[in-house]
Amino acid sequence: MEYLLTAGFAFLVINAMLVSASVLVYAERRVSGFMQNRPGPNRVGPLGLLQPFADVLKFVLKEDVQPAAANTFIHSLAPVLMVVIAMSTASLIPFAEGVVVADLNVGVLMLLALTSVTVYGITLAGWSSNSKYSLLGGLRSAAQMVSYELSMGLAVISVVLVAGSLNLMEIVENQASGGALLGWNAVRNPIGCLIFIVTAFAETNRAPFDLPEAEQELVGGYHTEYSGMKFGMFFLAEYVNWFIAAFMIVTLFFGGYLIPFQPQLLALAPGLADSVLFPFLQFGSLMLKVSFFVFLFIWVRWTFPRFKYNQLMMIGWKYLLPISLANAILVALGVIFFQTYF
Amino acid sequence: MAAAPFMFFLLATVSVVAAIGMLVARSPVYSALWLVLNLFCVAGLYLTMNATFIGVIQILVYAGAIMVLFLFVIMLLNLDALPQLEEIDWGMVAGFVLGVVVLSQLLYVIASGFDLPMEAMGASAETGSAESLGIALYTRYALHVEVAAVLLLAATVGAVMLAQKRFE
Repeated sequence: MEYLLTAGFAFLVINAMLVSASVLVYAERRVSGFMQNRPGPNRVGPLGLLQPFADVLKFVLKEDVQPAAANTFIHSLAPVLMVVIAMSTASLIPFAEGVVVADLNVGVLMLLALTSVTVYGITLAGWSSNSKYSLLGGLRSAAQMVSYELSMGLAVISVVLVAGSLNLMEIVENQASGGALLGWNAVRNPIGCLIFIVTAFAETNRAPFDLPEAEQELVGGYHTEYSGMKFGMFFLAEYVNWFIAAFMIVTLFFGGYLIPFQPQLLALAPGLADSVLFPFLQFGSLMLKVSFFVFLFIWVRWTFPRFKYNQLMMIGWKYLLPISLANAILVALGVIFFQTYF
Repeated sequence: MAAAPFMFFLLATVSVVAAIGMLVARSPVYSALWLVLNLFCVAGLYLTMNATFIGVIQILVYAGAIMVLFLFVIMLLNLDALPQLEEIDWGMVAGFVLGVVVLSQLLYVIASGFDLPMEAMGASAETGSAESLGIALYTRYALHVEVAAVLLLAATVGAVMLAQKRFE
């Protein structure tokens, strides 16, 4: 029975992720249109709301072309890998108190492990296409993700030090002090928060770190040789990864599903904590915070130009890594000597 | 509990097949991918033994970091696949199989001489947790951890020394 419940919930989460990807595509196109002073998609359905479904239909109906020199098996395996890994990361997100698909006691590490495995999909896609553009795109992304993973790991370690747990739910609950606003890790650990957000942009290959698919130099990057639904799967994985990155930023640094001023709210209405409404309120507060970060991703994409490759490596190794190392040591010292403040 | 032996035999079979595949594959990329599959299966075996921390670290470090670098180098050097074998020497194959049989019999005889527990040690969720592992590493095995850290540091410094440009 317990297995069935978990399976049903996982099914629900996966479908929610699939739908949210199409919503994100629509949001991104509308917001970018707004930023560039043009209407964006507004013809298909009211306000263009049916545009993402038209896009999906187009992906499904298009012919699947495979290069003659491509490695057939790996060429088909790579997009599947991308989607599977993106979807399994979604199982780690705590949506409300006690509502999570996989409540692992090493949840944070699992998150890092899954992020690091994502590289395979991209590099294999680049290699198996047997094309120069794809290979260069794949190699670039592997180098980029390996470089930024270290800083991301150290930023996560600083969070783990403060919370004293590797469980994502416990990390969220740990941020409940100080009116569930001052206790947020973004306040207690601002440098770690900034580093995590920057590395999240790099790990999801979003602008300004979208070198793997720099159109001017590499055509389409690692997915140049993909068409039809296989390209659609890369597209889907990319948007789901982006969505999950927003969830993780909120979970680790902005109180996750905690409602701002939650203790005061509970003191005012004592019956609220046990009511059916409470998880929904928490879920709503989580989604509001996540929407802000989703918007931030689009905002940054249309505001900053792309980095050059040498700049990317310089930022990763010469600035972010030493800063995140120093931050981890500082936070560790802070936890030892100023425990009352943390 | 019926799921546990089933998972063990599934993962063990796949990991052995993947290990053989890694040795037999003619293309270096396929070899690396077989090894990744093998590492994932070993991580799964750790998970069935309640060692969640080690299992996840196995994926994170070996599959996520080391094998990505392997693959990166293989693709960067664009290594060609070895030529396909013209013909299989069946005499060699038969010799190999007989050798494995004799070796396993010898090992069985030697192993039965020792008083080994046939049942797996009952590992609870606590023994495999990050807390108990950390406490063990930083109290009882603190010296070993320090020695390993110094060794790794020496290796890193050595790699930097070898890789740096020499300015006259």
